[in-house]
Order: sequence, then structure tokens, then C-alpha cells
Amino acid sequence: MNAPDHASSVGAVTAQKARFGEPLRLKGGAELPSYEIAYETYGELNAARTNAVLVCHALNASHHVAGYYAEQPDNIGWWDNLVGPGKPLDTRRFFVVGSNYIGSCFGSTGPASINPASGKPWGADFPVVTVEDWVEAQARLADRLGIERFAAVIGGSLGAMQALQWTLSYPERIRHSIVIAAAPRLTPQNIAFNEVARQAIMTDPDFHGGHYYEKGVVPTRGLRIARMIGHITYLSGEAMAEKFGRLLRRGAPGFDFDIDFEVESYLRYQGDKFSTYFDANTYLRITKALDYFDPGAEYGGNLSAALARAQAAFMVVSFKSDWRFPPARSREIVRALLDNRRIVSYLEIDAPGGHDAFLLEDRRYHNALRAYFANIDL
Amino acid sequence: MRADLAAIAQWVAPQARVLDLGCGDGSLLRYLWQQRQAPGYGVEIDDAAVLGCVENDVNVLQVDLESGLSLFADQSFDSVVLSETLQTIHRTEFLMREMLRVGREVIVSFPNFGHWAARLQVLFGRMPVSETLPYQWYETPNVHHCTVVDFEDLCRRLGVRIRERLVLHEGHAVTWLPNLLGSVAVYRCTAA
Repeated sequence: MNAPDHASSVGAVTAQKARFGEPLRLKGGAELPSYEIAYETYGELNAARTNAVLVCHALNASHHVAGYYAEQPDNIGWWDNLVGPGKPLDTRRFFVVGSNYIGSCFGSTGPASINPASGKPWGADFPVVTVEDWVEAQARLADRLGIERFAAVIGGSLGAMQALQWTLSYPERIRHSIVIAAAPRLTPQNIAFNEVARQAIMTDPDFHGGHYYEKGVVPTRGLRIARMIGHITYLSGEAMAEKFGRLLRRGAPGFDFDIDFEVESYLRYQGDKFSTYFDANTYLRITKALDYFDPGAEYGGNLSAALARAQAAFMVVSFKSDWRFPPARSREIVRALLDNRRIVSYLEIDAPGGHDAFLLEDRRYHNALRAYFANIDL
Repeated sequence: MRADLAAIAQWVAPQARVLDLGCGDGSLLRYLWQQRQAPGYGVEIDDAAVLGCVENDVNVLQVDLESGLSLFADQSFDSVVLSETLQTIHRTEFLMREMLRVGREVIVSFPNFGHWAARLQVLFGRMPVSETLPYQWYETPNVHHCTVVDFEDLCRRLGVRIRERLVLHEGHAVTWLPNLLGSVAVYRCTAA
């Protein structure tokens, strides 16, 4: 195996936007008359156009996958530990595309964008989007970039659902699907967590039924709580114990309702930070996209039947400490792929990081991805 | 290639679908794909071996054999291979049944505890250590040792039909007193 010689950053990068005038018909029945997709690319598309890899992001990330912005050197891409020269997804060999999903608040058309019909922000009127819709939009971006077929599509969590959906929406346009920390559909328990988060937002007095932009307010309290709930499900109990223990902020219990335990401080900090940069209407829509994802549904719940049309080779990775989408959920996907005699490898990594482990640099995990990418023919 | 693997490879038909349990770094599967165009999957629990499989471009599934073969449908493989792994399994009978459920035939190899060198060491009051049993008793992953005769008893008990047997020592077939002179045994079995 090649050593990670001189693994380094892709350096300063620039976000780009692609504008699409042709309407996008959504699974929910609505239509986006026109839209923009924010994206970044790293590396060079080869002459045969066989080396493109699409990176799909999860809930709160964006198209800023790797590198940094020249004017914001601390704003480093969310998967910079994986993508770059000499890194497991090596940009000296692959042309990597990070694309922001429709409905986001980071650049692609979303609830805060202007609705051409009214001249005002879409707000609550922005349609509910699905994983299938995102793949459709990504396919159009691929057309625009001259990519007929991706060497691989990779993602973790909600991003993994997109990597899986690609093999179903466009089986002939994807050679490898790398599905990390995934579930083939949410459990009622997963949906319950999402619903609590949505209720936190929608019952915030500043929500105004989703039309808060024109009121000049933000449902900060709801967003904070939504984020706190999310964070509890991203970390494992073990990771929380390791990180915070029962450490007391003030050395002794305060017998009041200020911050006692470190974990409270952490959650409040995460909630506060999130509520300053994330859009509540976007949060509602992505949690719905998660809830609705269920490729087996059209086949009476039979995932094997649903995956029959996939042609790609698969790499499925799960983490033992992930209780949001535990290994058993990934094994459902693997079982369905085996039923269809697809090419598949499955790794179950004993890392402590919980659901967020897919973002962390674990040697076993990254070495396996490095080896997998190295074996992809160009 | 290890002698028992060479024997196993001979018993796998061209283009057969193979499941290799405890596949290590995937060498056998890679060989079977290159030499016999037999596609397959490996099952392996060890992180380093799993990485070896990915490097060897072999399909590998990192699951614990002790929890069974629930990933695999009934009779979905032509050959299920368990090479030099039987002796490390806790639920031996359960796994044998599972192998016969998912495969049309199973190929099993294991170190023969009945080999004279092992017997001699026990006679002198020591746990055997040899080329085929390379561990000290306190560090061995092996939990269920057996001899050629013991394994054949188990097959009878489970109603497993032995189709072929090859007993080896230092890569050569042993036909005379195999349970005494053979250090490795390889079997090809089917459900009766």
C-alpha cells in the first residue's frame, strides 16, 4: 500500500455556483422553476472523464468539503482529513466534487432564497425536498461539469443515503458507492428524535409559521434545542463519558439551574453556535428528507427488491459505537446487496466516536478507504 | 500457497460462487478469482486482515462468525470454505449447520490434534506446539481442537456426508495412518 506521502491540504479553494433554468420536479409534487447549486471541486477531471468522485454531505455540512477559503483560513472543509493530495481520497488522482443540496442555507437554493413568483424569500413556501430530489439535482450538476459517470459517490449518514440513492436513480452513472454510517430507512425512534427537534423549532414564538425572515427574527431557541437533541444522538454514551465525565463546571454543585456539568456547557455551546449560522426552515426540511428516505417502500418494504437495479460496487462502513444508525442497519443494506449478488465489502469499525465517527480520522477506517480508492481503475 | 489452500482451490469448480469464512487477507479468494474465475466473498473479523482483503481487491464482510451467517440466504453459495478456523470457533455445531444452510457444499480444514508429534508432547505432559499448532496454551486463539476421527464423528452426528478427505503433512498427502501421521486435514462435505 502506498504510504500517505506528503498528505496535505488542497489549499485555498473557491466555491462556485451553477444556475439551472430548467424546472426541477420534486418527489413531493412541487416544482422548483429554477435553482442554483453551490459546489466546489478539487483536483483535475482527466481527459477520459473517468476520475470524478462526488462527495455528499450530511445534515449541517456543505459543499465546502476540503481546503480553506483564502479570506477565511480557519474555515476548513468538513472532510478535509479524507480529501486532499496524498489523503485517502487523493486529489492527485481523483477529481472530487462537493455539492450543496437544494434546500440548504449555505449557497444552493433554499428557503432563504428569493422566490421568483413573489420576489420575497421562500420561507415556509419552500417545498419539502427528498434524497431523490437531491440526487436529481446532483445529476444535472454532473451533466454541467461533463461527468457522464462517477468513479465513486461517497457520503456518511444522510450523505450515505445519497450515495445509495445514486445507485438506484442512476445505476449506469456510478461505478462505486461508498456508504458510511448509514441506514436504509429511519426507525420510529430516529423519526421521534427528528420530530422533537422540529417541534422545538415550530413552537418557538419567533418561528412565525416559517415566515420569520420578513419579521427580522430567527427562532434561535428552537434551533438551539434541535441542535442539542441532535448532538446527543451523534455521540456515543462512551464518548460523552470520556469527553465530559461528571465534571462540574464550578467545582461543586450549585443547587441552581446554571451550568453544573460539563456536558451541559457543551450542549449549550453547540446549540448557541448552530443557531447563529443555520436556518430553521432548512433544518425542518432535512429532517423530513431523512424521515422520508425509504427505498424499499415502493417494494412493500423489501429492500432486496429495491436494490435489484443497482449495478455499482459497494463499500459499506459502520461504527460499533453508533447508536443512531448502528451496524445492524448497515448490515440490512449489505444483506440486500448480497441477495442481489452485488460486489460489496463491509467494514464494522470498533471506534468510540458514535455516529460522528465517520468524520473522525480513525486509522483502520481511513486505511480501508485509501486502499479501496487505490483499487478503483481510472 | 498453504498446502490445505491448494487442495481447497482444486475442489472449487470454475465459476463457482465461494464464501470463505475466516478468509485472512483474501489470498484464497484472489487466487480463485484469478485462476478459476470463481467470484466470492470473505468473512473476517480481524482489522488488519480485513484491510488486506480491501488491498487485495477481494470482497470482505467484517462480521463475527460466532453470530452465524445471517447475512447469507439459504443455498446461495456453491462452496463454503472454513480453512484453519474450525478450531477457533466456540459454537462449532451451530456454525457447521449454518455453513450447510448457505452452501451446497462445505470445505473444512483444520490442524489434526491426533498427529503423533502432538500426542507425544501430551504424553510428556506438555500442550503441543508445532508448525500447525504454533501457539502457547495461554495465548492461543484455538478453543476446540479435534482429531481426524473426532471430526468424522461430528459429521456423523450432524448427518453430514463426507465427499472427499485429504490429510496432509508438510504439503504431502498422507494415506497410511492419517490420524497419526497427518498434521492438517481437509474435507469436502455436503448435507446428507
